[in-house]
Amino acid sequence: MSARTEPRIVRYFLISIALAFFGLFIVLPLICVFHNAFAKGWVFYLKTLEQPDALAAMKMTLIAAAVAVPLNLIFGVAASWAIAKFEFKGKGLLLSLIDLPLSVSPVIAGLIFILLFGAQGFLGPWLIAHNIRIIFAMPGIILATIFVTFPMVARELIPVMKSQGNEEEEAAITLGASGWKTFWMISVPNIRWGILYGIILCNARAMGEFGAVSVVSGHIRGLTNTLPLHVEILYNEYQSAAAFATASVLALLAIITLIAKSAVEATIRQGQRQ
Amino acid sequence: MGIELKNVYKKFGDFKALDDVSLKVDDGELLALLGPSGSGKTTLLRVVAGLDFFDEGQVLFSGRDAQNQKARERGVGFVFQHYALFRHMTVFDNIAFGLNVQPRKTRPSRQEIRAKVMELLKLVQLEWLAERYPWQLSGGQRQRIALARALAVRPKVLLLDEPFGSLDAQVRKELRAWLRRFHDEFHITTIFVTHDQEEALEVADRIVVMNKGRIEQAGTPEDVYHNPVNAFVLSFLGNVNFFHCRLEEGKAVIGNTTLEVPGLSVDKPQPAKLYVRPNQFKVSRVFSKAAFKAVVEYVNPAGTIVKINLKTESGERIYVEITQEELKQLKIRKQEKVYVSLKDVSYSEYVKDNS
Repeated sequence: MSARTEPRIVRYFLISIALAFFGLFIVLPLICVFHNAFAKGWVFYLKTLEQPDALAAMKMTLIAAAVAVPLNLIFGVAASWAIAKFEFKGKGLLLSLIDLPLSVSPVIAGLIFILLFGAQGFLGPWLIAHNIRIIFAMPGIILATIFVTFPMVARELIPVMKSQGNEEEEAAITLGASGWKTFWMISVPNIRWGILYGIILCNARAMGEFGAVSVVSGHIRGLTNTLPLHVEILYNEYQSAAAFATASVLALLAIITLIAKSAVEATIRQGQRQ
Repeated sequence: MGIELKNVYKKFGDFKALDDVSLKVDDGELLALLGPSGSGKTTLLRVVAGLDFFDEGQVLFSGRDAQNQKARERGVGFVFQHYALFRHMTVFDNIAFGLNVQPRKTRPSRQEIRAKVMELLKLVQLEWLAERYPWQLSGGQRQRIALARALAVRPKVLLLDEPFGSLDAQVRKELRAWLRRFHDEFHITTIFVTHDQEEALEVADRIVVMNKGRIEQAGTPEDVYHNPVNAFVLSFLGNVNFFHCRLEEGKAVIGNTTLEVPGLSVDKPQPAKLYVRPNQFKVSRVFSKAAFKAVVEYVNPAGTIVKINLKTESGERIYVEITQEELKQLKIRKQEKVYVSLKDVSYSEYVKDNS
């Protein structure tokens, strides 16, 4: 047993503060979401989610995540491989650039794309001339999603790869393995849990992103709405039960993410004990 | 396969890891690279393996320039200090790896690979561990599996980086003897890195002593131990006592004491540094003018030799080793007075006279 020196009252006081905080800011809102979602009953709940606009929003969210996650996975693995295993000039700069989306407000991120691709933007006239729509269309939403989820995989993998060092890869090479085989047979299996963890976090962020997507989407119902934007629209139209029903889908996704995350963490811990 | 390095230089930033290193390793030789940490021995090993690039010079394999040969084409078996076993693979798959990654044309069949792996496991006496994972093995077992894995691809050269560095004393002794026997049987050109002089002296055919990126001396264990070319080699290969003295014909004057040095001949009296191994002293209870008068500070008779710490009248501390038989005769104990003279000296070097 670890030594406990604090008096009982201090312990209970601190624990109750933590629990109160947790209840007030996490459990209560979650209950509230589901309570309001089912305020008008099961039938209404299902009907809300079956609405064409809701389905379109879900589809858009899924597409954005389905494109952003694999791209950021490839980028993340490549970047963390380079950063963790090699020494080169500009490494610090690359690290800061990877972190940039975390420090930039998502709204600013969205505005960057408007400034680049919008009608009055830098590339706008050229895009209009070639009839390519990015802003207020699916490509814009995907770009914004990629931007905000950019660091998620790399951030997970860099520490994992750094702690593992290069020796196993070097051993594989001296045994005659090509770079390609070394990567797939040694490097990837060693970071597989880190990759999965990164994917889960990246996916959660991709599906939940509001700010950046809100700026570039244009909120066209049934066309350029994602789930978070759909919730906002419904809520602004005083369809509170419908808004909460839609929000409950996102909340559910968050809960599933948490469960998957802890499952992966438990597996990693088990692996480390070995 | 013979290996030759010609004037190899390697820098990490401002740090000279290899500074004009030239070395010839004969086919079938068992060579030890000995030196303190940071002396460049591991870098030298990695340069030979093709894992590190050098800045200048030439590395030849069997007389052919290896510059354009990639690490995986060199036919080199490398055993890493921390083994670098593939943690997600079983022992069997670890050893089979080098065979499994060969191109389909040259890759042996599954049965052949199986037979080869089992043969290697037998060689390292760990057949019963085939289905275990690296984390389930002890340090000594990991080391032997790493060796078996390196041997699977029939390397022409075996490179071992501190192979026994992180093992406990008993296992280290066993593996050392095993490596020597293994080498005597298969005669693969082998270079191993170590900072443990005892290990180098015991196992190697030839020892290369390195310091600060340079080779100080290369020679047989006997040679480097008994005929060190400089003070660094001398002090790295075992304990040594050091005195400032003045050398005269057949004599060394240390402080007020004049010691006789058998067989020493000098042109003219000069100040010098004198190095004496612990077993080159003669300890006696009989007074002699040509001896230090000293007090016994500590006697440790536990071991095959007896270790004694002495303090001379002038305050210098001497570390002496005598045999158990000598101790029986002398019967010396703590705080007793003894006389210490020289049987021999290891090495002396002149220093410029400042006076």
